[in-house]
Amino acid sequence: MIQLEHVTKTYPKASRPSLDDVNVAIEKGEFVFFIGPSGSGKSTMIKLLLHEVTPSTGKVYVNSKDVTSMRSWRIPAFRRTIGCVFQDFRLLPNRTAYENVAFALEVIGKTKAVARRVVPEVLELVGLGGKEHRYPHELSGGEQQRVAVARAFVNRPLILLADEPTGNLDPDTSIEIMRLLDRINRTGTTVVMVTHDSNIVNQMRRRVIEIDGGRIVRDQARGVYG
Amino acid sequence: MRVKYVVSEVLVGLWRNVTMTVAMIITMAVSLSMVGASAVMYRQVNQMRDFYFAQLEVSIFLDPQITAAQRQALDDQLGTDPLVSRFVHETKQQAYEKFKTLYSDAPDLVEAVRADQLPESFRVKLKDPEQYQVIYQKYNGTEGIDEIVDQRKLLDKIFAILRSVQSMALIGAIVMAFAALLLVGNTIQVAAFSKRREVAVMKLVGASNWFIQAPFVLEAVVAGVAGALLAFGGLVLAKLFLLDGSLESLTEILTPVKWSNILFTLPLMTGVGALVSAVTAWVTLRFYLRV
Repeated sequence: MIQLEHVTKTYPKASRPSLDDVNVAIEKGEFVFFIGPSGSGKSTMIKLLLHEVTPSTGKVYVNSKDVTSMRSWRIPAFRRTIGCVFQDFRLLPNRTAYENVAFALEVIGKTKAVARRVVPEVLELVGLGGKEHRYPHELSGGEQQRVAVARAFVNRPLILLADEPTGNLDPDTSIEIMRLLDRINRTGTTVVMVTHDSNIVNQMRRRVIEIDGGRIVRDQARGVYG
Repeated sequence: MRVKYVVSEVLVGLWRNVTMTVAMIITMAVSLSMVGASAVMYRQVNQMRDFYFAQLEVSIFLDPQITAAQRQALDDQLGTDPLVSRFVHETKQQAYEKFKTLYSDAPDLVEAVRADQLPESFRVKLKDPEQYQVIYQKYNGTEGIDEIVDQRKLLDKIFAILRSVQSMALIGAIVMAFAALLLVGNTIQVAAFSKRREVAVMKLVGASNWFIQAPFVLEAVVAGVAGALLAFGGLVLAKLFLLDGSLESLTEILTPVKWSNILFTLPLMTGVGALVSAVTAWVTLRFYLRV
């Protein structure tokens, strides 16, 4: 599903690489945590998988496609197979929960009719039934992140990338979001989550890949934070 | 639905930066009207050239002491010359008649001149007016010829002036177009910045590049076309009130500007306005919204 072969990424003007000769293979349906201190290269990982950055050397395969050599006009179609949530939610403040999710459908060419059918369903799934017409500022942090998850999942992506999705949430809310991600994972979606929330990692008992200084220092099947 | 989305995005975008939009439209209008005006002038000058040159002739003034035989020889030579399309012999009397009509408002002058003071001449129409030099070399120095005058020489000075006015208008248009270009680029950047959140989400969920860029490009195109329409309105007003109004006497001396020449600027200015805006917007976005 996801494969990194000898991936090195050095940003321009950086003295040392963010990722240094990294090899990872993630199977379909897995739930994987990437952990490590700030600046260890975790976020670069997400950016590589989204083709927001390209590796300096090495190959990245996502959904058995070679992302490194992908032509730029193919990137939009490629991103439709990936959902993504972030620490800062990235919702549109002038749109309601419903409109935020529908926006993701409309801009890739789905009709309003499709949105009317699919969006309430997915909002129900993330536990926001009845709050469709609230604006982001009328929702709590946890609820906003649920909207973001709904937006990421509404296209039924093969992979869900989560970049510190609980970073802005209190522990209880974090656990609720994790339950949600777990539920999405059970539908067969591969989930890759970057975090440094030790509680969550320890509770979930899923595969843990630890990165430090751009190198993988641990890859454990049912791991804990450390 | 996608069309509807794009259209509403364009309108909202134009309205959101309404002062920028107005500035963009005005600069566009000014530069395009200069482009249009110089295009009208270009066509006008060319039509004037054609019109006058069709009537131009080479005058071969004859020596007052010319003999009948020399005149006959010249007549024969012109008659068989392949460069000559037609020619007439103008006698002193005919020249005098012409002189009288030409200076009918100066009777003193007409009084002072007698028919035999004016030179007789051959008025020669060339097949190709550019061939004047050849004719000049061929006939200059022939017995009985006093002077050979190409009327084109006189007009060339006038056309040189017109051409320089025309290139000045064109240079002005280019400078204005450059300003308009920068303004379009800037407006598009502001528009893209004000929609950066939407753009970020669109990129994230995999909206196609054209779908992200189309509203911005169309915004610029709408402004460009609006500018072109304003510019066309300006040219129509200029034709109505300047060329057909206060400057009418001038256009009568020169050839009058035809409506068809004004109309022809509409597709020209619209095309240039739309294309320049679209390309500028697109190039700006290429740098600004990197995928």
